[in-house]
Order: sequence, then C-alpha cells, then structure tokens
Amino acid sequence: MITGSKGKKITLRTLRYLTLIAGAAIMITPFLYLFATSFKPQLYLFEIPPQFIPKHPTLSNYTDAWTSNSFGHYFANSVFVSVVSTGVSALLSAMMAYAFARFNFRGQNIMFWMLLVGLMVPGMMLLIPQYLLANQLHLIDSLIGLIVFYVATNLAFNTFLLRGFFEEIPWELEEAMIMDGAGPFRRFFRLILPLSRPALATVSIFTFLACWDEYVWALTIINDPSKRTLPIAISIFQGQHLTNWGLVFAASTITIIPVILVFAIFQRQFVRGLTADALKG
Amino acid sequence: MLANVPHRQPKSSKAGFVPYIFLAPGFLLFVVMIIYPILRALQISFYNWGVFPGSTTTFLGLHQYVREFHDPVFWRALENSTFYTIFTVPFQIIFGLMVALLLVRKIPGRGLFRALFYIPVVTSWVVVSLLFKFLFSTDSGFVNWILHTLHLSSHNIGWLDTRWPSMITIGILGIWKGVGWSMLIFLAALMGVPETLTEAAAIDGAGPWRTFISVTLPSIRLTLSFVTIMLVIGSLNVFTSAYIMTGGGPQQQTEVVLSYMYHQAFNFLDFGYGSALAFTLAMIVFAISFVQMRLFRGGVSRVVR
Repeated sequence: MITGSKGKKITLRTLRYLTLIAGAAIMITPFLYLFATSFKPQLYLFEIPPQFIPKHPTLSNYTDAWTSNSFGHYFANSVFVSVVSTGVSALLSAMMAYAFARFNFRGQNIMFWMLLVGLMVPGMMLLIPQYLLANQLHLIDSLIGLIVFYVATNLAFNTFLLRGFFEEIPWELEEAMIMDGAGPFRRFFRLILPLSRPALATVSIFTFLACWDEYVWALTIINDPSKRTLPIAISIFQGQHLTNWGLVFAASTITIIPVILVFAIFQRQFVRGLTADALKG
Repeated sequence: MLANVPHRQPKSSKAGFVPYIFLAPGFLLFVVMIIYPILRALQISFYNWGVFPGSTTTFLGLHQYVREFHDPVFWRALENSTFYTIFTVPFQIIFGLMVALLLVRKIPGRGLFRALFYIPVVTSWVVVSLLFKFLFSTDSGFVNWILHTLHLSSHNIGWLDTRWPSMITIGILGIWKGVGWSMLIFLAALMGVPETLTEAAAIDGAGPWRTFISVTLPSIRLTLSFVTIMLVIGSLNVFTSAYIMTGGGPQQQTEVVLSYMYHQAFNFLDFGYGSALAFTLAMIVFAISFVQMRLFRGGVSRVVR
C-alpha cells in the first residue's frame, strides 16, 4: 500500500516535470534557433535539417551589423533614449504619486480620474493626434521626441504603482521630520525616495523595457537614419537585406541580451510590479 | 496595510500650493501628450484632414464613419482582429493557468521555469515577429521541416501566403508570447489560495480535478476576470506582429484594424479616416470591456486599481 502511493507520487512528479520541460522547450527553442542562425553565413541559412550548432560558424554577421550597418550608433541611441526616459519618468511620477498619497487638494479626484483614463485608453488610438502634435512642436526626427512621448505614456502606470507604495510609508516618519523643521521637498527627497527604492526599481525596469522595445512611435516619427533606435534598425535590416537573416538575428541577439540580463537580475522586482497591478483592490 | 496610520497631512494644516508643485511637471506633460490627443482624435475623425501645408481641411461630419460601414477592407480587418482575439485569448488563459498550477508548489527549478516561460514576454515584438516569420517560411522553414519530419504534412505549407494560415501564424505568435504573462498573474493568485481549503477538499475525498473546479477556480475568479479583460483589450489592439509578418498583404487580406488604420494614416495620409478607424476600435474595446466587467461583477476594481 505505502509503496503504491509512493510510486504514484513519483509518477506524478515525473509527469509534472515532463510537462514543464516540454513547455519550456517550446518557449526557448525559437530563441536557440535565432541565436544559432546569427552565426551562420548567408549560404547555410536554410540548411535542411535545421542546424542548432552551425557547421560553418562565423562572426561576420556581428561584425557586419556593428561596422557597415552602424548598429553601434543605433544601440547608443536606444540606450540614451531608454535611460533618459526611465529617469525622467520615474522622477515625475514619484512627484505626482507623492502629491496624491500625502496631500488633500482641490481637483484631486478629477486629476485622478484623468490618470485612470490615460491608463485605459489604447495607445495606438492616439497615434495620429500625437503625430500632429509632435509635428507642431518640431519633435519629428528627434530623439527628444521619442523621450517626451515615452515619459508621457508611462506616467499613469508608474504614478499608480508608486502611490500605492508611498501610502504604506507611516506618516509618523514624516511627522518626525516636520518636528525637525523639514519642508515637503526635503521629506520627499530625503525620506520618501530613499525608502521607496524597491518600488522605484520596479517602475524603472518596466519603463526601461517598454522604451527599449518600443516600435510604433519610433516608426512613425523617425525617418532620419541617424536617429533610429534598435527595433526600427532591425525591422529595416530585414527589408534592406532582403533575406540576410543572419544579420537580422545578429542584431536581434544584441538587442535581446540586455533585456534578458535586466530581467534575470531584477526578476523579483519585476514579478512584484506585475502582480501589484493585478491583485490589489 | 497599516490601517490605523493617518497617511495624509491633516486637512487643517495648510498644504496650499505645495501639492501642485509636485504635480505640475508630470501632469502638464500628461495632459498635453495624452488627454489633449484623446479629444483631438475624435475631432480629426470628423474632417477630411489636410496634411500638407496649404491643403484644405473640410468638415465632413460623420462621413468617415459611414465610409467605414461601406468599406469591405474595414470589415475584413475587424474580422481578422476578432479572429485573433477569439483564437489567442482562450489558449493564453488555459496554458497560462496550466503552467501556473504546475509551478504553484515549491519544486526545485521553479524560478528557472518561471523565467523561461516569461522570456518571450519581455522580448521586443519586432524581434519575435521577424523570428516567427523566419520559422514559418515556406521553403526550408523550421516549422514546415518539423511537420514534414513528423509526417504531418507532405508538402510545404505557405503559412504567410494566404489569409487564414497567416492569421493562425500571427495568432500562434500571440499565444507563445503571451502565455508567460498570464502564468505569472495566475501564479500570484494561486499562491494566495489558502492551503487549508484545498487540503479540506482532499480530506473530504475530492480528487484533484474536483478540487480544482470547486475550490481553486472560485477562489481565483477575480484574477481570471482581470486576465480575460486585459487579454481581450490587448488582442483587439494587435498591430506590430501583423504589420511586420504580412504587412496586411496579400491584397489587404490579413489587415487587422490597427494595421489598416496605420496604412490609411501614414501611407495614404488620410488622417481623417485613420482617426475614425482608431476611434471606432477604441469604442468597440470600451464596450466589450464594459460588458465583461458587468459579467464578472467585481472585476472592475481590479482593472481600475
């Protein structure tokens, strides 16, 4: 009897692992194939059966991407845009969140509802008026145009997430600082921000990844080749070099690696941010 | 929650203009870049918008919406977006929930599995769309090779050559990329289900299936509704994958609503019609979300907060 149930337990456990491994394989195989293809010379791209370990490995796709296709320049553009947008967005949303979390003021409710609308409206619906606006403000073909837009689109989500976190910080701590004569700005910069490092990390990771991967807005306002970001550059590689998939996937690999690194290092903050959004209320 | 701690400055104390200083930079940007465009989107859709300097802009009233109604490409695009939603949402929920159930126990390697399932979610749409285009290529594509090897198909399927195979391919990409997200949300919800509940059911003699149906599922009902609503909104807004994998072709057969909107606005420079298309989709999304929230009463607070 006892060995029977134990045997059943082991079978169940094996089954659980087999299912998980099969699922994970489906998730990962495309990436392995992408990675393998990025080391294949043009001639061997479509070998049958498909090779996961290239028979004639080459680095030429990477050197091509980096040298003759100014991929380094696009990489720098993406880093600049993503880092600046993340920093500015985190600061502005933290300030807004502080106002909502700690003060009573006129217009509070209506401003809060406006943020909610911003959170729910589908982003692409606003593409045309935003393009016209960017045109009026001379933000077409400029990295600043990307930054302004990325900061604005991430504001609502970040503000909600941070507001929830700020509200959990005991008011007594601020009261103690007030006793010492600290004004609101000192309290915000010296107390609230340092205490909120985990929440700020979550917000920053989300914003960074969203900017790093963003395609539609960049596609719409960037025509000048020197202003391209990585997603645009990669999609254009595909059009330009009609079937040079090796080059496309070398570029893709370079784009994915920072994302996977960021995700692997900050997995905990990441999960918290996602589930805070879903499970509160 | 620290329920007894007063979180706000007491009302009597003078906050004055201080909160507005904190709000001003962010909120101004938000109003200019998000709120104002919402109103403009509606306005533009009533016009024949002149894009070039010197061209005239004329008021057309509801003409653009009537035009939509008689436009077969719009209806086909709407059909394609709807197909994408009906195809991808159930699979994302079922697979996501399945993986979450397998990972809810603290088994060795849980963190690794969670990460592996999540990697497609954080990867850019551009990269995975190109990757799937490559995997699903007709001659010597990876997928056709597998089907051939398993004797599931004797000829090479032209996945991206005609309408429905293309929509299925775009849908498969959507499912593959989305499973990790619903898995993570379900996982968090499942970890909140008290073990005493499932144990009690087991003691009462309920099998695992029975326990799942009558204990686990009801306790994650709100999460289920949240995930459904978010996935439906996301699927109706499908764009990048379709735009990159087929570009709406051949002959606009695989156009989805937003790719059609994009082509109208930025290839044909018909901003008025593009705006009408965008606004129509937004209304459809809002209406469906509203009905869903009503259906799953209580899901509202989840989405809103």
